[in-house]
This record gives sequence, C-alpha cells and structure tokens, in this order.
Amino acid sequence: MTKTILLAAMATPFLIALPAAADADYRSQAIAVIKKDFQPRGQASLDRLAEDGLQAICNRTGNKPPKYIAERMEADQLAGVKFPADGKLMGDWKEGEKIAQSGRGFTWTDNPGLPVGGNCYNCHQIAPKETSFGTIGTSLYQFGKLRGNSAEIQKYTYSKIWNAKAFNLCSEMPRFGHAGALTEKQVKDLVALLLDPESPVNK
Amino acid sequence: MKQNIIGALCALAVMGGAFAQAPKKPAAKPAAAPAAEAKDAATLEFEKFRAEMEDSNPAELFEAKGQELWKSKRGPKNVSLAETCDLGQGVGKIDGAYVKMPRYFADADAVMDAERRIVWCMVEKQGFKFDDIAKQPFANETFTPDITNLVTYVAGHSRNMKIAVPLNDPKVREAYETGKEIAAYRAGPYDFSCNTCHGVEGKRIRMQNLPNLSTPKGAMSGVQGWPGYRMTGGVMLTHQWRMGDCFRQQRFPQPKYASDAIAYLLTYMIGNANGQVYKGPGIKR
Repeated sequence: MTKTILLAAMATPFLIALPAAADADYRSQAIAVIKKDFQPRGQASLDRLAEDGLQAICNRTGNKPPKYIAERMEADQLAGVKFPADGKLMGDWKEGEKIAQSGRGFTWTDNPGLPVGGNCYNCHQIAPKETSFGTIGTSLYQFGKLRGNSAEIQKYTYSKIWNAKAFNLCSEMPRFGHAGALTEKQVKDLVALLLDPESPVNK
Repeated sequence: MKQNIIGALCALAVMGGAFAQAPKKPAAKPAAAPAAEAKDAATLEFEKFRAEMEDSNPAELFEAKGQELWKSKRGPKNVSLAETCDLGQGVGKIDGAYVKMPRYFADADAVMDAERRIVWCMVEKQGFKFDDIAKQPFANETFTPDITNLVTYVAGHSRNMKIAVPLNDPKVREAYETGKEIAAYRAGPYDFSCNTCHGVEGKRIRMQNLPNLSTPKGAMSGVQGWPGYRMTGGVMLTHQWRMGDCFRQQRFPQPKYASDAIAYLLTYMIGNANGQVYKGPGIKR
C-alpha cells in the first residue's frame, strides 16, 4: 500500500506538493502533536507519553490485536507477575476495602510519597454496602462465593489485579502491580476482599 | 445602564452565595435511604436546580466582566479586542462566533478554539506576552484570569445557537481526524486514553455518567455548560480547563495551554456535536 503511494507520487511529481489528505496518517500526526504539546507537571513526567509495546499494539489495532499476537504478549505479561516470597496470596479484606475505595495516585496533583489506591469502585461493583460504584468493569459482587478460594483461584485473582493484560491484552483495567502502583501487600488485601469468605463481597 | 449592571451583579452575588449552599442539601438527607437512590435523587435535584437557574446564572457575572475587558483599550499596544480581534465572523463581531469554533484562521495558520483565538488576539493585537497569560490561565478560588472572563463573554453571545464547526474546511477536518486519534491514544502508567471513559455508551465512574464523545448526543453533553461556573469552590472554568483535567485523571502530563493538541481534541468533540443547540455558559457541580 505504502509502496503504491510512493510509486504513484514518483510517477507524478507535481502531486507531492498537494496535501495528502486522503491517505494522511492521522495516528502519526496525533503522536507528533502529543509529543510537542505536553509539559511535565508534578510526578507526571513526559516519559508517560511514550507507548510501551503493549500500548502500541492496542493503539494500532483499535484494541483488537490478532489472536496470535495477543496470546504471545499475554503470556509475557503473565510471566512478569511478582508473587509474595512467602506464597501467601490472601491478606486482610478490611484493608482491601480501603484500598478499593481510594482513587488516589499518579496524577500530577497527587503527592508521590503517599500510597496509591486501587480505584476499584470507580469501575466495579464490589461489596454491597457501597452503592456508588462504576460500571466500566464487571460486577465483582460474590466473586469468591461463585468461584471458591482454592489456590488456583487465588493465583488467578492476584495475577489479574497485578496485571489485567495477562488475561486480556487490551483490557481497560490498569496493570496495578506491573505499573508499580499497588504493592504486593495491597494486592493481597484486595485478593482477600474478593475471596475471603468473611468479606462482605461473599456474604 | 451601568447602575443596572451593578445592581444585577449585586443580586447575582447574593444568589451566588445561595448556589454555593445548594449542593450540600442532598447530603443532609436521612442516611436510611439507600445510597444509590439518594445519589440519583441528588442528580435529579441538581438538574432541576440548574434548569431553574439557567436564565440568571452566576456565569453572567463573568460575562459582564468579559464585556468590559473586550471593549477596553488594553495591553502594550493600547487597543481593544472589539476593534482588532476577528473570531471568524469579522473584526469585533462576536454573535455566534463561539459555536462556529474551532475553525481555521489563516492569519495564525492554525485551527483554534475560542479560548486559543482570544489569547492569540491578546498577544498579536494587544501585545500581551503569551507566557504571562499561560502562567496562570485558569481560575482558582481567589483568582479569575481575564481570558476566562473574555471566553465567557464570547460564549454568552452564542447562547441558544446551533453548534456549527466548519468540518468541510480541509484544515478543520484534518484537526478533527487528528483529535480523534489523540482521543484514542492509550499511554501512561494506567494505559488510559480519553476513550477509556468516553468512548462507549452507558458507562459510569462511581455514580457519574460518562458521555460517549463519539456520538452527537454524548459530544453535546461534553460541550454543554462550558465555560461553566463550578459550584464546588465557586470557580468559573473553561472548556480548555476541562480538557486538562481529563488528562490529569488519565495520569498524563499536562497539555500545554492553548496548544494544537487541545484545539484538535475540541475540534473532534465540538464537531461531533454539530447541529445541536448550545445553551451558553453554564453551571457545573
């Protein structure tokens, strides 16, 4: 395609001067504009504007990557999940609830020294008492009641929170562990919120 | 005439105090009511309140101040915007100018939204320094920049007019298409783009409904009410400010003031709202 355009352009040199509106690559233009028109502020430095490999694939494919690429990259993401040294994946659900409530962190107005929140209720229904929940993600109410809390389920839940892209490459959900937003302990507490039979999520 | 305005301003200022109290009312309801319903009721109450206040809202205070600024000789060159600034409808003409921007301005060789264009006039015609304006371009609780008042004044002169971004102009169309790509660009620690929240139908963050900016209806709800008087803090804020706050929550760095990036995004959003009626500067929670 590109070659055809180049050939056509060479064959008719006078066309080169015309704006190539029909075939303009708006995505590269957008990236050039983004690179030029942002400034660092607070902890939000300019390196955040660069796509990593996964973001580039999702951006280039409209969040619908070919299956063979998605599978390989999901496996890479999964391989990067860091598990606690003691192997325990369930923490304290009460702490998990606090983390799920907090949307703090990573914006240019946030103090980088403070712990980051999980933003969970922004997008998910979780414990029934909290009725102010978002709907970008699925409902997590009764997450553990429906799945149990076997070692396998714990590992899945921990991994999903650590890096949602390990299971769905272009998921809207942030990669909380991978991004360095949530600590191992925080992820464990969130696992407990979802899986502990005592958590209100599973009552 | 002047006295009338002052009288109106005083009345509005008093009402402004009432506005500041209003949003707290729903929270004082008995806690026994299920929270989801209480919040929905709060939303309804706010919508009703906003509808009632539309004819005399606090934004008019800022419009009045903007009018004064528009007509006064100011800046190192000591000229008024009224006698030098062309917002696309001819020098000094402001009726309907706001709803017909962003548009391409040959003298600046750029696609400009209303705020960007007024800044350009302040710099090129009046001789103000861009960096001075960009130092504190948006209002806070104790300070409202001149540019905010000017934008509000100009926007007020498009009240009840239809949005008509000239998308047939190839330069504007290019800005629109580039803006559409900026809205889809995922990056940063959380992999967010504008579209993460504003690209699909019927989603919420907490209880806040998220407009889908790719549809005419969704785009209009992203345009309506800006510039807006935000009752939290009592601050008058522009559409440019809103764009920046989205990027903040997206965990991106800050977009530069009056930049191409913001003009292109606004072209995409406002262009998608074409044909719908803009109600003028509004009230925000």
